[in-house]
Amino acid sequence: MSSSCRVFGAGICFVITCIFCKSMANSLPELSPQKYFDTLQPGKASLAYFCQTGSPSTSVFLEELKEAVKPLQDYGISVAKVNCVKEETSRYCGKEKDSMKAYLFRGNILLREFPTDTLFDVNAIVAHVLFALLFNEVKYVTTPEDLQNVENALKGKENIIFSYVRAIGIPEHRAVMEAAFVYGTMYQFVLTTEIAVLESIGSEDIEYAHVYFFHCKLVLDLTQQCQRTLMEQPLSTLNIHLFIKTMKAPLLMKTEVTEDPQQVSTVHLQLGLPLVFIVGRQATYEADRTTAEWVARRLLGKAGVLLLLRDSLEVNIPQHANVVLKRADKGAPLEFLVLHDVELIVSRVENTAHGGEIGENENDAAEEADIDTQDDEVAETVYRDRKRKLPLQLTVELTEETFNTTVTASDSMVLFYAGWQAVSMAFLQSYVDVAVKLEGTPTVLLARINCADWSDVCTKQNVTEFPVVKLYKAGRNPVSYAGMLGTEALLKFIQLNRISCPVTVMSVREAEEYLSGEFREDLASSAGVSVLGLFSPVMTAAKEYFSEAGKYLQGYVITGIYSEEDVSILSNKYAATLPALLLARHKEGRIESIPVAGSRTQDLVQIITDALLETFDELLTAGKVSYFSVDSASGIILSFYRLNSQNGLFVLRLTSLNTVYKYTHCPLFRKKTPVGRGILQAYFDPVPPLPVLVLVNLHAGGQVFAFPSDQTITEPNLILWLKKLEAGLENHITILPAQEWRPPLPAYDFLNMMDAASQHPTRKVPECTKEIEVQENDKEQHEDRSATRKEPAETLRIKHWNRNNWFKAAKKSLRHDKEVICHPVS
Amino acid sequence: MGLSAAAPLWGPPGLLLTIALHVALSAPPATPLAPRPQDYCVLGAGPAGLQMAYFLQRAGRDYAVFERAAGPGSFFKRYPRHHKLISINKRFTGKVNAEFNLRHDWNSLLSHDPRLLFRHYSRTYFPDAHDMVRYLGDFADRLGLHVLYNTTITHVTLDRDRQAWNGHYFILTDQKGQAYQCSVLLVATGLSVPNQVNFPGSEYVEGYESVSVDPEDFVGQNVLILGRGNSAFETAENILGVTNFVHMLSRSRVRLSWATHYVGDLRAINNGLLDTYQLKSLDGLLESDLKDLAILKDSEGKFHVTLKFFLEENNTNQSADSITLPQDNSDNFAMRVAYDRVIRCLGWNFDFSIFNKSLRLNSGNPLDMKYPLIRANYESRGSRGLFILGTASHSVDYRKSAGGFIHGFRYTVRAVHRLLEHRHHGITWPSTELPITQLTNSIIRRVNEASGLYQMFSVLGDVVLLKENATAFEYLEELPLLTLPQLETLTGKKAENGLFVINMEYGKNFSGPDKDVFFYDRSVGHTEDAWQSNFLHPVIYYYRQLPTEEEVRYRPPYWPLPRPTAIHHILEDFLTDWTAPVGHILPLRRFLENCLDTDLRSFYAESCFLFTLTHQKLPPFCQQGYLKMQGLASTESLRQHGVESRLLRDYAAMGRHPKASSQEPGDHGPVSAPLAPGSPVQSLDSNKEEL
Repeated sequence: MSSSCRVFGAGICFVITCIFCKSMANSLPELSPQKYFDTLQPGKASLAYFCQTGSPSTSVFLEELKEAVKPLQDYGISVAKVNCVKEETSRYCGKEKDSMKAYLFRGNILLREFPTDTLFDVNAIVAHVLFALLFNEVKYVTTPEDLQNVENALKGKENIIFSYVRAIGIPEHRAVMEAAFVYGTMYQFVLTTEIAVLESIGSEDIEYAHVYFFHCKLVLDLTQQCQRTLMEQPLSTLNIHLFIKTMKAPLLMKTEVTEDPQQVSTVHLQLGLPLVFIVGRQATYEADRTTAEWVARRLLGKAGVLLLLRDSLEVNIPQHANVVLKRADKGAPLEFLVLHDVELIVSRVENTAHGGEIGENENDAAEEADIDTQDDEVAETVYRDRKRKLPLQLTVELTEETFNTTVTASDSMVLFYAGWQAVSMAFLQSYVDVAVKLEGTPTVLLARINCADWSDVCTKQNVTEFPVVKLYKAGRNPVSYAGMLGTEALLKFIQLNRISCPVTVMSVREAEEYLSGEFREDLASSAGVSVLGLFSPVMTAAKEYFSEAGKYLQGYVITGIYSEEDVSILSNKYAATLPALLLARHKEGRIESIPVAGSRTQDLVQIITDALLETFDELLTAGKVSYFSVDSASGIILSFYRLNSQNGLFVLRLTSLNTVYKYTHCPLFRKKTPVGRGILQAYFDPVPPLPVLVLVNLHAGGQVFAFPSDQTITEPNLILWLKKLEAGLENHITILPAQEWRPPLPAYDFLNMMDAASQHPTRKVPECTKEIEVQENDKEQHEDRSATRKEPAETLRIKHWNRNNWFKAAKKSLRHDKEVICHPVS
Repeated sequence: MGLSAAAPLWGPPGLLLTIALHVALSAPPATPLAPRPQDYCVLGAGPAGLQMAYFLQRAGRDYAVFERAAGPGSFFKRYPRHHKLISINKRFTGKVNAEFNLRHDWNSLLSHDPRLLFRHYSRTYFPDAHDMVRYLGDFADRLGLHVLYNTTITHVTLDRDRQAWNGHYFILTDQKGQAYQCSVLLVATGLSVPNQVNFPGSEYVEGYESVSVDPEDFVGQNVLILGRGNSAFETAENILGVTNFVHMLSRSRVRLSWATHYVGDLRAINNGLLDTYQLKSLDGLLESDLKDLAILKDSEGKFHVTLKFFLEENNTNQSADSITLPQDNSDNFAMRVAYDRVIRCLGWNFDFSIFNKSLRLNSGNPLDMKYPLIRANYESRGSRGLFILGTASHSVDYRKSAGGFIHGFRYTVRAVHRLLEHRHHGITWPSTELPITQLTNSIIRRVNEASGLYQMFSVLGDVVLLKENATAFEYLEELPLLTLPQLETLTGKKAENGLFVINMEYGKNFSGPDKDVFFYDRSVGHTEDAWQSNFLHPVIYYYRQLPTEEEVRYRPPYWPLPRPTAIHHILEDFLTDWTAPVGHILPLRRFLENCLDTDLRSFYAESCFLFTLTHQKLPPFCQQGYLKMQGLASTESLRQHGVESRLLRDYAAMGRHPKASSQEPGDHGPVSAPLAPGSPVQSLDSNKEEL
């Protein structure tokens, strides 16, 4: 069963339409039932709306139906309004006035009936009608298994175009159906409205429609997954068309190009996509070809990639250039580039691809970065939030007069901030949150002082930057809070400061309580970890060191000390050699022991801090990521997986690797850690389905390695992979950019403006002697060096970045500078 | 000469000292006693002397203040003659920031004691001079300053000694012949000698210092006042209502302080005569060089103004009536009327007389003895270790800034003290070292509250010394700008990695006696026009290396500093509140970023986390906060604003149009960092349509 129009093919349909459109455009024929059925031709589809005469409630629908006449005719589907007159009753004429329906016929066979409310607008009408006609070409799936079955069935045979739309009948659905109408014979279309199906292929983004191209035709091994390419443009008929066309094009447009790149034209250019020529040599053909294919794979759907052999080319290509970029815009010159990384090529193409994009991004180029526009996220968000009233009354506002009396009268925490400073004000919100959470539980007085008003007080308290939090306790020196500037961390600090550490544990029983988290249960739960130092009574020095460390870590971790005669009971039980630390991880119900013989205060602090880090696996959520210190690891294994999935288990087992490979693993729970998605996107394009396991080499080169997706993540596989990786047998998927953080935008060059405005510029030119010129040249060279900013000179020569304007200006000003030095000698 | 008489209104005592000096000189010198050694000797217990004494005392230095009178501030017992100080005593500003409030308190000295603020001594906006005497008395007493009262230093000389700090001692001798041996001499004697101009008939002229202040003495008289400064106008103001008319004669046009932005010029509070002159009452202003004039006394005891030229023409002593008067030739001569009194209000000069020639203390200009010649560090050009403080040090910024007045020199005195602390005690200039992320904040904080910068605009400036790789900086407050080339030796700090100088300036060509300061477009509102700001506003200079002496000396005219590598003007503000996030702070940050070639934005911990895992390098804010486990958490509401502003990526809605928010090349996180497509870093820099 295939639609009639499919037989004609799209082209023919078009011709027919054009003939029709002159006479019948947008007019909805009104027929009597009898007349209507007479006009039906065999094999031809027709949509008819049966209505009672003069029923007003249907006028909106009729408007939409009228709209749909033309598009449907484009697909060879006629549309009619059938008036159910009394004398000619038909079974399609409903009995009641308001239950009229539309019917789809092929020939005179009824295919479907539609209640009018499903055909709510023209898009819905077209979508539904095509959906009904293309029943076979477009498979509707509801479960991931269905999709898998389709995929399996087509491996090695046909490519799949998979699309997800939020609902049937919306414009995106129509776009997909229209594409299916044209390409249905070439590709298997699969449609779903189920989020679960979408998620099963690694996308969580249910807000939008998606189109994926599954490259199944090339797959020979049935156990292998089809490669997928996500269409990145907004879902519209035209974009799908372009997308499919580029997918259809061979990976490498031509194996090698011998003509002038300026003359080369492929489907990509016609589609407004750029062409990338990888410049190679005959001698290195194989390697160049591999590179080109690699680039092509990365640029699939974004650009055409061709291999260019320098030797077999008559046209001259600049010597260093290894990539030639040809934009789609007519007359745009070729860009000769020196790019040593695939990623650079990809990003270049993406950045220059504006011209080729169709739809929402057209105004991108027009968006000039404005140096008067705030680009500091903290400053901007605080500014936007300025009108919201915070429950500031929950914290005590201090003044010069009240400061000393307040902090000496009771245990107080004071936030030093400046009303005009964004970071302070952002933190003030968290601070007030803490006050809200602590309301009614008088643990510590929460106070604040605005250093913009009381700068003397702040200076006296040795506060020279903002924000600063200090804890004032009777009889103790004020302690500066050194933790994360957020509600939870500060709350924990306050809680843990309620007991002074280390706690002296008096008996084995108490020690067990302490380790199980029963001792001060409220605190233990917020601490997460309790540390117990075990010492025999004679180890006075070690005890002293531990006490110091405990005091130092006051507020960040609960520490206890046990050094009674029967300490061996505990040390035996937990297989610890004295002196030792017992680490009770309350959430996991785990107790570890760490021998600390010979450790001094500083070492102990380090040991405890490190131990804390390991437990923060799950704390990498936005609020707690601060505990993630890159210094502690040479490489980080990140595993991205869905919470509650069985994959979570292996992560825990992986801990055993830490000692062997010195890798710290930091699983990211994507639901909890939305930023994880951003990270994934930085590593992958497109983002593969979960689970994904990645090793990031943060210090040595910034390579990112991905665990092969065709292997199951098991411990042996992982260890094998890590070994191969260490042996240098694995290729990285990407390298993290190593660029310095430079000014995001230029500044106003007032010096230049002042010069331009002044009739008598501040320079004294004429008497400059040659001697001075030499000096000038020196400086210029120096200047040049700084202007290039360590980037390869070639890149700069070819392309000027906007940001260099400043430096040009700076250079100019430096020249003036020297002219000032060149005052008249006499 | 026409110099203003501003000095009496603020100047420290010294006049009486001088008068006493004359007495002392006429008496036979007493036998010298053994000199008493002293590290620091301060001459004069006026505001500047006491201010220096305070700093020396706080630093625990060996010092003594020598004061001729029986109490401090004796100048103010007599001056200004009409007892109204024209330095404002603003008790309310709507702000509680003590440093900021000093910007509008022109009478207090600096101390740690909040009770020693002038607002506790007077409720009047233009306070009475007697309150100043009382205040200075309290200042000296409360702080227990070492002042030797009733000690008139009659002679200062130099005693070369290799052991001495400066290669010589200053030997001071008092009226009893007691000698004092001082390592450092700090002269705060003010301007005490009335400026006199010699012309024929100048003997008929009464001086400001002695003229009657009782208006009754002027009833129905024609009065001519020489001079056009505050003392001249103050004198006129006092008698305007009872005289027939007051004529005021000076060499050049009147300088109005609101037009020149110099507090020593004619203040509006004294300018009643301008009003009556311009309304064509009988009072008037005339310009002529006094040196060309002559005053004749006629038989009736009235005074006539004529030209020296006519006198010379007639030579010899003829009777006044026979000498040619200008009106004989030109019958509409302005000053053809006879005057009953002529009063001289020509300002004051420094008293050089007690200083031995060996000190080489001079004005550098024999025709103008107003101020001793000093360097930018307030040290005499003639002798090392001799510093001039207070009003007498005004040559540095005469007619420019406030160094001749309490509200200005209290800061220059502090600067001198800091220089001395380093020179003689190895204590480097006080500074705070902070991470580079605090640079914008530090500057914004200072320009919003600092009083020294504000009062001593274009004379004292803050200096930011960058550390290696610009990861940190040191902040030095209120350095004399022109000492910049010697910064390293004067302060003991290193300036090898470039520096910023923070200064306050009025717009060039905005101020001047003939300028219309009320023109329509006088204030600027757009950040790109900030360099055209006219009112006092912060200006930041960036130098890659310390300017040299030569660069300073040959700096462009009207520039307080040599030409920098880059310059930034913070847009002037009507409220002098430079904390607007986009109007003031953002352009400043961009300037600093571009000078330092780094990214000074602040980020939430979430962003830092993302950068940590997607970049090999981190922006300074993340390095200095986040990596030290002190990241800044966002709250729900802030996050939402972040997403709305497109500065924070809404990860929940990501992935759909990875390109939708992508930017121009080179606009990514780290500039031009090519990121994987759709990296959220891009959105951090994304342009926003709305603000």
